[in-house]
Amino acid sequence: MTDVLRSEWTKIRSVRSTLWTLATTVVLMLGVSALLSASVRSTADGPVPGEQAVIVSLQGASLAALAMAALGVLVISSEYRTGAIRTSLMAVPRRMSLLTGKIVVFTAVSLVVCLLASAGAIGVGLAIFQPASVEAGEVVRSALGSSLYLTACGLFGLGLGTLIRHTPGAIVSAIALILVLPPLTTQLPGEWGRTVSEHFTTNAGALIVSGQSTGSLGPWSGFAVYLVWVAAAMLAGAVLMRRRDA
Amino acid sequence: MTAIRATNLSKRYGKTMAVTDLSFDVDPGRVTGFLGPNGAGKSTTMRMVLGLDHPSGGSVLVDGKPYQELRHPLRKVGALLDAKAVHGGRSARNHLLAIAQSNGIPAARVEEVLELVGLGNVAGRRVGGFSLGMSQRLGIAAALLGDPEILLFDEPVNGLDPDGILWIRTLMRGLAAEGRTVFVSSHLMSEMSQTADHLIVIGKGRLIADTSVPEFIGRSSQGYVLVRSPRLAEVAELVKVGELHTDHLRVTGVSPLEIGTMTARAGLPLEELTFVKPSLEAAYMELTKDSLEYTS
Repeated sequence: MTDVLRSEWTKIRSVRSTLWTLATTVVLMLGVSALLSASVRSTADGPVPGEQAVIVSLQGASLAALAMAALGVLVISSEYRTGAIRTSLMAVPRRMSLLTGKIVVFTAVSLVVCLLASAGAIGVGLAIFQPASVEAGEVVRSALGSSLYLTACGLFGLGLGTLIRHTPGAIVSAIALILVLPPLTTQLPGEWGRTVSEHFTTNAGALIVSGQSTGSLGPWSGFAVYLVWVAAAMLAGAVLMRRRDA
Repeated sequence: MTAIRATNLSKRYGKTMAVTDLSFDVDPGRVTGFLGPNGAGKSTTMRMVLGLDHPSGGSVLVDGKPYQELRHPLRKVGALLDAKAVHGGRSARNHLLAIAQSNGIPAARVEEVLELVGLGNVAGRRVGGFSLGMSQRLGIAAALLGDPEILLFDEPVNGLDPDGILWIRTLMRGLAAEGRTVFVSSHLMSEMSQTADHLIVIGKGRLIADTSVPEFIGRSSQGYVLVRSPRLAEVAELVKVGELHTDHLRVTGVSPLEIGTMTARAGLPLEELTFVKPSLEAAYMELTKDSLEYTS
């Protein structure tokens, strides 16, 4: 397995799309934090409390999620697009080993980069808000939560990429499931509609970024619900990857 | 020990049978040509050998095992399927390094094979900008990475210039001479006549022949006698068998001596009397003419 991990590390670090998507993530996290913090600060009636400042500074995560999902998609769909998947499977014919290698390497790269980007975004936000006090524990939890959320979005992309194998199709599905559909589900009627909406992908998953709770879900239970969505996409992709011809 | 053994191998795509009940062995120490017209099922068969496509029936073993069960498959089997199937954004060196690492092959070997195929000076360039000939060399470098005993090449000379073709032929002959198994597909008989020792011929997914090259020629085509004469019509009438063309007569089943004797007795002048030997090409065309997937 270490052989496969080393190989996947070489693959992910040797293409430009990795650099571009990660750079986009960092720029979105820092840029949105700076813009939004400055705007909230100038319209706020009084000093903004530290906890609030941290939440505002991580708002870029909702957009950066798409950049990470795109990277997740490309990790596998670029191999299907070019036919390089056949070379990969000749080298690693056990398909689940290959997929596991991609998941592990992507998760590691994503956690590191997204943790740095999130910490940077909080730093930018705090520098602009200059709150009287901020809890260190809250900062660490938020930065970790944000990087976990972004990584989960990337894995959602990787799962969809494995399932769909086609870059544009997989990216469109990822955008729909991560950004477009979640706010629309709030329009569903009745008690049942509210439960669906609460549990729908990033509606549940993003709670870990803000640390807030909605209805029956808290930050961690919400994230766990999101991971079920990610796992479902990944599992469906894995089953098809085993069965289909490469 | 047989390197590759296919047993009753079949592959169905929807309603079409791409490969039907195909059984053959590929042995070490020689170049085995895998011949068939386009669409005969050669690539599909190769993909099944390599565990990329799942057979609909039957099985294929590599060194006695299904491909998926080889621990470091690239140290046993090297293959070139589609030279352009690489991520264009990666450098040649990184492309090979990722493949090498997956099979525990040392990085130094990457430099060795790059030199071997003559890509040493472009190792850092993105492979998306490679010409077909360079891509083909890169694909061969990847196949040779693990110093494998068994090599598969799918249409390796397609689109190559004469230099490249000669290089690949020499390489394949050399690999077989070292005792390795070389299994190479082509739809061109002329190509195989230059390199192969043994032939496996398929058409419409079925086995047509599994034989040595001389046997293949002898078995299928008998050759013919070409006759030219200023009084061709009279010669044709005399010989009785044969196809009359505008400027020559083509006779099968009668020897030049018999024709010469007949025409001499009748006092007919001959301009040319040639026995045309059967060619591998002709033998191949004859065998596969019923199995062409698309005829023009």
